[in-house]
Amino acid sequence: MANELTIKDLHISVQGNPIIKGLNLSVQQGEIHALMGPNGSGKSTLAKGLMGHPLYEVDSGEVIFDGVDVLELEPNERAKLGLFLAFQYPTAIPGVSLANFLRLAVSAVRGKEANGSEKDGLIPMREFRRELREKMQQLGVDDSFARRYLNDGFSGGELKRAEILQLAMLEPKIAILDETDSGLDIDAVRIVGESVSQLIGPDLGVLIITHYPRLLDYIRPQFVHILLDGRVVESGGWELTQVLEAEGYDPIREKHGIDE
Amino acid sequence: MQKGDFSKEFLQKIAAAEPQWMREKRLEAYEFYESLPMPHTTQDDVWRRTVDMRTQDYWRRTRRYLRSFAVEKYHPSVPNGAVSSKDVDYDEAETAGVLVQVDGQCHHTSDSEILKEKGVYFADLHTALQEQPELLRTYFMNRAVTLETALKSGNIAQHNKFDALHGAFWRGGYLLHVPKGVTVEVPLRVYIRMSEAEQADLSHTLIIAEEGSQVVVLEDNLSTTPDASGFHSGAVEIFAGQNANVTYVQVQRWNRHVWNFASHRAMVDRDAQLCWVTATFGGRLNKINQAVVLEGAGGNAKMLGLAFTDARQHLDISTAQEHVSPHTFSDLLYRTVLKDRAQSAWGGNIYVYPSANHTDAYQKNDNLLLSERAHADTLPGLEIQAHEVRCTHGATAGKIDAEQVFYLMSRGVSYAQAEKLIVDGFFEPVMERIPLESVREELRTSVTRKLE
Repeated sequence: MANELTIKDLHISVQGNPIIKGLNLSVQQGEIHALMGPNGSGKSTLAKGLMGHPLYEVDSGEVIFDGVDVLELEPNERAKLGLFLAFQYPTAIPGVSLANFLRLAVSAVRGKEANGSEKDGLIPMREFRRELREKMQQLGVDDSFARRYLNDGFSGGELKRAEILQLAMLEPKIAILDETDSGLDIDAVRIVGESVSQLIGPDLGVLIITHYPRLLDYIRPQFVHILLDGRVVESGGWELTQVLEAEGYDPIREKHGIDE
Repeated sequence: MQKGDFSKEFLQKIAAAEPQWMREKRLEAYEFYESLPMPHTTQDDVWRRTVDMRTQDYWRRTRRYLRSFAVEKYHPSVPNGAVSSKDVDYDEAETAGVLVQVDGQCHHTSDSEILKEKGVYFADLHTALQEQPELLRTYFMNRAVTLETALKSGNIAQHNKFDALHGAFWRGGYLLHVPKGVTVEVPLRVYIRMSEAEQADLSHTLIIAEEGSQVVVLEDNLSTTPDASGFHSGAVEIFAGQNANVTYVQVQRWNRHVWNFASHRAMVDRDAQLCWVTATFGGRLNKINQAVVLEGAGGNAKMLGLAFTDARQHLDISTAQEHVSPHTFSDLLYRTVLKDRAQSAWGGNIYVYPSANHTDAYQKNDNLLLSERAHADTLPGLEIQAHEVRCTHGATAGKIDAEQVFYLMSRGVSYAQAEKLIVDGFFEPVMERIPLESVREELRTSVTRKLE
């Protein structure tokens, strides 16, 4: 049965400033949603709040996934539940190779039972390597990625591809892509977009948080939502992106009485 | 049990069977030791950061150690006590020679046939004093760590009472002499252990690598009981002769009740290369002076330091990179992780003397604090009196980055795993420069134990 991430009347503040102000949204496994909004509308706050960043304080509301109260969980427990956040600005971890880290993460997310008889509770090295190589080939990621230090000295495009590679390995049920297209040139957007579209299937629900519709040319959402001033003010289908493209956010702001 | 001061009578007793020159050397050091006051932690600049900021208890404790330590334990007949394999773990095939010392007494040496064939001398220092008196007379506390060392090193602007103590009462340690042109392919291993309480370990490391020779020494200092109090006053002297290549790794894992004082000094001759790794995990109070002197043109020294302290451990390291000759190179990288209420102070200096034009010298100290109450002071310094010199120095101290922790945890790893990843990553730049996989593995294990 497909699980649903349900966000109800969510309020999040950062350092005492309310940013998300009563947000409602549902994303089911197998569905693709786009959440579009201008700068300052609360897109990244929502993303980090959903993943449990300690500086993003949830004041009220609920987030339920698979019948579990997500807000009670530590970030790593949210990942084990099947949530994934692709960061807008992935953090560099010098000295930690992508492969070493990913083996630990994949093992943690899949749980001990999935990892066979290994004493350290980690997925067997050979199995992990084979899987990693397959996924890297599938996504057209260079072999050297595995040995490089996590996000350390990566170009903008490499950062995003490393995020998508992790998404592919962790096989979440719901993936939140936080401005995955930002800072990329057209070619890089295409590569990232095609990578993500390869991963899409009935088991993966995607929430694409974005400022521009360019990534949506490659991953076409069934549902489009407009985020303004911390709330979803409009929901619809593909046609909403066309309206935005033609008119921008101003008519929608006006309609809902929201100042810029 | 007879308790003794480090007294003159005691000294005469332990030196009775030694050559006259050594007796005189001990006595000279003794007079010096007696004449020097206990370091003053507010007046003596060098010792200013050595105390726990909250208590002056250290020196009282140290004085008590100096008085209370058991004389009877000092001059031993070597007991038959076999060393248990759990204390000493090495692969026979990957070891050219082994020396095991417990509580100042040499328990075991094994020279491989290879060492004998090549004419390499490797023995405990008391045996060496009988068998190789001329080498000791030339090198032992004569040119590297001496009673005047302190005056030569600009950053240690005073004599060191503990060096004098060591010179007077040294016991244990070893001599390694590698003749001209000899290459020892596999490492030698030295295990120095403290097991009983109220022990004082005054081991002396003396490594002489003659012209064109090559050797790797792995030295492991460990307390075999977790709560036996102890005192260490050590010295390390390394001589890398012309075009020699020396790798020396010292891992210090005394328990948290050991007061640890040491002076380490290496002399690097023309075109010689030294790779010097210092890993510090133990000790209640550590006060270490470590200096490399590039005395011959073209000398090259890598100094790698890795330290992990926790509980109430205090680590105070002073390093010096002394460039005497032109076209010399030194590169120091020290990284320290601090947990709980641990404190560290690192003061490093690069000296480029007027005779050392065309010198490259680099120095970097980074500290990672895993708790609010841990504290790190770091004081890099340069003193350049030559021309055409390339020097950089830098220092950082920072808390574990919450954004890094969040990023890692968002992918499913626990806080403890994230912390371990960040710590391992922090040490990686030091690790990747250590040329031996077996050493890297041992150090990683020690780091992991500290995190448990």
